[in-house]
Amino acid sequence: MIQLTIDDRSVEVAEGRTLLEACREHGIAVPTLCHHPALKPYGACRLCVVEVSAPPPPGDRRPRPARLAAACAYPCEPGLVVCTHSDLVQRSRRITAELLLAGAYTSPEIQALARSLGVEAPRYRRPEADTCVVCGLCVRACREIVGVGAISLTRRGLAKRVSPPFDEPAASACIGCGTCVLICPTGHLTLADVAGFRSLHTGADEARQYCQACGDQDLTPRGMADVPAVLAPAAASAAQKEKAR
Amino acid sequence: MLKTPPSPLEAAPAPANGRDPQLHQLADLADWRAALTAADQPNQPAITVCGGTGCRVYGSERVCQALQRELAARGDGRPVRVTGCHGFCERGPLVVLHPQRLMYTRVKPEDAAEIAAATVDGGRVLDRLLYTEPQSGARLPYETEVPFYKHQHRLVLDLNGTLDPLSLADYVAAGGYAALAKALALTPAAVIAEVKASGLRGRGGAGFPTGQKWDLCRRQPGDVKYVICNADEGDPGAYMDRSIMEGNPHRVLEGMLIGAYAIGARRGFVYIRNEYPLAVKHLRAAIAQAEARGLLGENILGSGFDFRVSVRLGSGAFVCGEETALMASIEGRVGEPRPRPPYPAEAGLWGKPTNINNVKSWAAVPLILANGADWYAQLGTPTSKGTLIFSVVGKINNTGLVEVPLGISLRRLIFDIGGGIPGGKAFKAAQIGGPSGGCIPAEHLDTSIDYESLTALGAIVGSGGLVVADEDTCMVDFARYFMQFTQEESCGKCVPCRVGTQAMLATLERICAGHGQPGDVDYLLELGEMIKRSSLCGLGQTAPNPVLSTLRYFRAEYDAHILHKRCPAKVCKGLITYAIQPERCSGCQVCLRNCPAGAIHGAKQQIHTIDPAVCTRCGLCQSVCKFDAVTVN
Repeated sequence: MIQLTIDDRSVEVAEGRTLLEACREHGIAVPTLCHHPALKPYGACRLCVVEVSAPPPPGDRRPRPARLAAACAYPCEPGLVVCTHSDLVQRSRRITAELLLAGAYTSPEIQALARSLGVEAPRYRRPEADTCVVCGLCVRACREIVGVGAISLTRRGLAKRVSPPFDEPAASACIGCGTCVLICPTGHLTLADVAGFRSLHTGADEARQYCQACGDQDLTPRGMADVPAVLAPAAASAAQKEKAR
Repeated sequence: MLKTPPSPLEAAPAPANGRDPQLHQLADLADWRAALTAADQPNQPAITVCGGTGCRVYGSERVCQALQRELAARGDGRPVRVTGCHGFCERGPLVVLHPQRLMYTRVKPEDAAEIAAATVDGGRVLDRLLYTEPQSGARLPYETEVPFYKHQHRLVLDLNGTLDPLSLADYVAAGGYAALAKALALTPAAVIAEVKASGLRGRGGAGFPTGQKWDLCRRQPGDVKYVICNADEGDPGAYMDRSIMEGNPHRVLEGMLIGAYAIGARRGFVYIRNEYPLAVKHLRAAIAQAEARGLLGENILGSGFDFRVSVRLGSGAFVCGEETALMASIEGRVGEPRPRPPYPAEAGLWGKPTNINNVKSWAAVPLILANGADWYAQLGTPTSKGTLIFSVVGKINNTGLVEVPLGISLRRLIFDIGGGIPGGKAFKAAQIGGPSGGCIPAEHLDTSIDYESLTALGAIVGSGGLVVADEDTCMVDFARYFMQFTQEESCGKCVPCRVGTQAMLATLERICAGHGQPGDVDYLLELGEMIKRSSLCGLGQTAPNPVLSTLRYFRAEYDAHILHKRCPAKVCKGLITYAIQPERCSGCQVCLRNCPAGAIHGAKQQIHTIDPAVCTRCGLCQSVCKFDAVTVN
């Protein structure tokens, strides 16, 4: 067992636990977004930050200043002093929630999360709303639980998004199990049956159609319009209808 | 899989010189060095041509070929070598005649014939190619007299101007790998004690004591350990690591060998960005030579110590300079940082204890071992020992690569070595530490450059990029530039960095465009502090520094933009207008013809006017006007 101090309480936890697990075992509430108990710690959303002061290592008398660390990924160490609701922690969580809301301001789930931390409206709004908060839960669940790895996070920075390999319209490795959809905190991902094929869609997708000519189950309306009439009279007539509209 | 064809720069290195012997034991190395130095007279004439990337762009390779042709035509046997970066990039291409160290600047291939005829044959100095001191107008023939070099303390860069980077023999003759031989005769613990005693701190930016870091890694259980050289230098305007690897790759390898021996690692990686083709080529050549001679491989110099080094190429992500992202990239995963602990010393590459140091740290290690910890610790301040390498760029006369002892004042660095600000303009600020660093204003010019002093001022030593701003630089725009860089380079994993940097950038852009609002400064301060404290890795934790430090020292400029809708430096396009002064305008129509927006009107011999609604504020009219008639307000 490891002894540490959380919010002025001395607590004992089993070896190998994270701070978040220790807090939850002892009934201390810590907000999370990218964390899931069945997945490995990721430390990306920064909502679970707590103030950590580590005891100085042996032979080093300099006191270590308190710093913010993600509780979900920080291993419990003997002698740690942790504060889960200090002013600094709360300011940090509020800013993080506000920044989440800056992009996902249309998501009721993120609005509720922000409100629970005392944030009503973001001071900065991204030009386009996006319900994906890049928490990576879907990607990690697909890889770690399902063992498929049909989707991953691609690109970087603000362009980072959930995508099948090489930005293909459909994840060819997807088995349609729906774990990603279930775990997605904002409803950004959906499964849809198109012409008898179940495939994964994101909030940003265009509607996909089934081409009877080639069997491609995932054509965009524009792609459908390009199908030559001789190959697929059905597709061509669908495309014509599209154009007529 | 598609295979990229090898570029000419990456082609296999030339086969090692047939004379180079196999080195089976310590004595073989010493014998070889003795043979090399006996064959070479110490003061033998030679000519070196700077082969740093800057000088190469200016055509230094053609200069070298022209000199070789001229000397060959004369039957003169002195060697003409392309070396690594000499540092004085502002005056390149540089040609130095040894042993006098006579330095010619801005040499063109056409000058080769005259150099050969006058200086090589006649012993005459060519005045027109000498360095001219801007203030006094004095022409200084010798490298050692030039203030740019005179005030420096070149330890790590000492051989950059003399060695052929592709020659192991050159490095060995200059004392190379003697430090390795010395280390192999010591116990690993004694090597670490020596590095600890030297006071060397990590030159990648964070300044963690190197010896302590090695010790932490050495004490970890397990017999598989790794050492990594972080050569993913990506700060705008920084090229210190690049120049060391281009000019003296063996010194980096020797440092890694010593570190690996001390830590107990048998495998090393150099993670280097692919945008440095010359550094990659030289490093690969150095590894091949060291392997061929037995300096890398099994039972090195008969010591029983095995070590191999592989090169891994970065693919252009700034964040991969962060150690955990770098290791993920080496492992073949997405270059994203992960939370620490565990630290690399506990669980690094493939979960094994790993020691990562910057190129400059590794390159300092052989010097410490060869000359002793006390020798190294003589330089610097009580807490920051040794030398630092800066790439000094921006609004400064002597752009280049400088090495100075820690503790030197910023004033000496910028005015004595850097030669001050061009055009007689006033110094405004120096951005130290690149996009992670902060700016230091004129009132702190006398601050000592060391880890503690710079941190107290809101800047960091960082990796050594130093960008100088003069009175014409708008500090809001300056901060905006660095914010844009970090925003673009954020990996996007954690929320504060991904969205927070974008929120700060959008606010700065709004301020620069003239749409600043009274609460903006407070918002930037609040957001900046929280991004620093909440972000996952060093990139986010330092990204707000340029904004926070400009807010600290140049708050008035922010207020001028926001409250008075005025850009004091007349840079921000949304806040300036160009106008033609009627009393100066000659009606020559030069501005009118050059204006890409068609915003200037006026017949020949008539006073011209600029239509502010059409004007794009490109400033071309001002730069082409011969009568200084275009002014900015």
